[in-house]
Amino acid sequence: MSATEILQEHLSQEYKWGFVTEIEQETVPKGLSEDVIRMISAKKEEPEWLVEWRLKAYRKWLTMEEPTWQNVHYPPIDYQDIIYYAAPKAKPRLNSLDEVDPELLRTFEKLGISLEEQKRLTGVAVDAVFDSVSVATTFKEKLAELGIIFCSFSEAVKHHPDLVRQYLGSVVPYSDNFFATLNSAVFSDGSFVYVPKGVRCPMELSTYFRINAENTGQFERTLIIADEGAYVSYLEGCTAPMRDENQLHAAVVELVALDNAYIKYSTVQNWYPGDKEGKGGIYNFVTKRGKCLGVNSRISWTQVETGSAITWKYPSCILQGDNSVGEFYSVAVTNNYQQADTGTKMIHIGRNTRSTIVSKGISAGHGQNTYRGMVKVLPGADGARNFSQCDSLLLGSECGAHTFPVIEVRNPTAQIEHEASTSRIGEDQLFYCNQRGISTEDAVSMIVNGFCKEVFKELPMEFAVEAQKLLGVSLEGSVG
Amino acid sequence: MLTIEDLHVSVAGNEILKGVNLQVNAGEVHAIMGPNGSGKSTLAQVLAGREEYTVTRGSVLYEGKDLLALKAEERAQEGIFLAFQYPVEIPGVGNTYFLKAALNAVRRHQGLPELDAMDFLSLIREKARLLELDPSLLNRPVNEGFSGGEKKRNEILQMSVLQPKLAILDETDSGLDIDALQIVARGVNALRSPDRAFIVVTHYQRLLNYIVPDFVHVLVDGRIVKSGGKELALELEERGYGWLEKAEAAGAAR
Repeated sequence: MSATEILQEHLSQEYKWGFVTEIEQETVPKGLSEDVIRMISAKKEEPEWLVEWRLKAYRKWLTMEEPTWQNVHYPPIDYQDIIYYAAPKAKPRLNSLDEVDPELLRTFEKLGISLEEQKRLTGVAVDAVFDSVSVATTFKEKLAELGIIFCSFSEAVKHHPDLVRQYLGSVVPYSDNFFATLNSAVFSDGSFVYVPKGVRCPMELSTYFRINAENTGQFERTLIIADEGAYVSYLEGCTAPMRDENQLHAAVVELVALDNAYIKYSTVQNWYPGDKEGKGGIYNFVTKRGKCLGVNSRISWTQVETGSAITWKYPSCILQGDNSVGEFYSVAVTNNYQQADTGTKMIHIGRNTRSTIVSKGISAGHGQNTYRGMVKVLPGADGARNFSQCDSLLLGSECGAHTFPVIEVRNPTAQIEHEASTSRIGEDQLFYCNQRGISTEDAVSMIVNGFCKEVFKELPMEFAVEAQKLLGVSLEGSVG
Repeated sequence: MLTIEDLHVSVAGNEILKGVNLQVNAGEVHAIMGPNGSGKSTLAQVLAGREEYTVTRGSVLYEGKDLLALKAEERAQEGIFLAFQYPVEIPGVGNTYFLKAALNAVRRHQGLPELDAMDFLSLIREKARLLELDPSLLNRPVNEGFSGGEKKRNEILQMSVLQPKLAILDETDSGLDIDALQIVARGVNALRSPDRAFIVVTHYQRLLNYIVPDFVHVLVDGRIVKSGGKELALELEERGYGWLEKAEAAGAAR
């Protein structure tokens, strides 16, 4: 067996999260219309302004065309063939975990997410989203003592309408792009976080997204606001059953950091990637953007993208406040027939704004991995600085790595650095490791892990372990 | 320790080794010399388990086991070490981390407890000092940005940490200046012991002034055409390989 074959075997582990939960569903009829949107809104008992906002987005969406500039390929999506809302049929209101359908609790247990607080590591609060709705949020009361709001988006609309109204669409406007606009019309649930002035959130906040229902799209919306001097670290994880059909996931995430606030947003994305022949899998078309509104504010995106048939997203930072900082750390893996077109945008508006981009793309099988990034320095951004590093690692000879960096500078005081590299795990490297007694599997892990090190060290510990497991790698430095 | 019988090896359809016989006992140092393209490095790589080489005939016994049936990592775990002619760079993987993983793989195989980070660090620091290796190289990625001499010394460092039973040095002298050569030779000589054997592959006699062999074999066109003591190396230094190549060609024609 050649080293390439060994590599392939090592990489083609089965998707372990592909089971389906048998649960009674409540859905809206297939397809999209103003009636469907009103129906979703009514189910969630939303106020009039939000219905109007959704409809405004829908009407805008009707005039938009699906973009085609991205470096990914997929057959046309029939938007009338998607169910836009699916929820487990359960007791109408959930006041405690005792009322959650035990089948749902078991599903999350199976995914390694225990929703029973005493079983959780005390450092993490979880919001669990199953298809279109949030089924449980842990540690809510404890967080409330500090004035921190952590709840499902639907609850936030009911209980904190002023905050939602003030910030919804303030970073990603309803008219932003085809998929964000679609999301604005039909978004179902997601998480809402507000950390008040001067509060440092004492635990990691985490949302776990699970797609279960068939022919259903998941359109969640997350909004995180860190008030002056606040700090929060937020994590999201995602899985889906194995199905032959492709499923659309078009989420929107908005972050707002006020003066001196710091938001750290980490993603481990493991949606079903499709089978070895490229059949099935999730289309992960997501708009994520953060606004450093206040001075000295900081937003940091870290993502480990291993799943989805197609990943298409650019978590970005608008650096509006003077001295604000934007960061993007990414590992994107494409194996078999997966495609990824991902990267970031750093928009420097304020003075002395700084941004860092570290992107690591790993391609194997027939995977196609594209880094697309933009660094834009506006005329007022005196002293802006950016450092970008884009590295690609190829495993095998059928895969591809592509890099499209765009740098647009309109201020002569800006400093921009860009570094890029492409490398391949060679048979020479594997033989060298073998000859020192290290198995091929361990050698691949070691090399891949070494390649991703700079990104993994940005992840919260618990998540870093998860990410390593996903890549089948062991954590350098934690061993021995 | 090692018995090679009638070994024939091809790569991409070309026969490189055409019947090599060699007996290596514990405690001995064997030098393999020969002109470029004679198959010296092929022999080293085949013994280490490189897959691109196909053994078409013959056998290799190592400590009574069929060596050719073992995978490269199993051979390493059984105590075979190859100091590479061109050590490979592994970006992103720390030199110390790599070597610790290697040592612990070998120790696991031998049923020994793994070394923890602290014990390992003091071990590797001491070995590095012996080889006058800049300690900062221990924290850098494996061989990345090392000079030619540093790479070769790093190979010897790995060897002294892994303590193999059979060490194969493939042109370890190439690209070394005289000072580095002496340091490397000192590292090798420090490892000489009655239960360890060396196969030293080299083109030039120079290295053998410092690592004095018990036996010298001359490989020409895939066969060992002459064997002798250390004085054979000096003879080759004086006369070159031409006379042996001619004799070999004449022999083949018969």
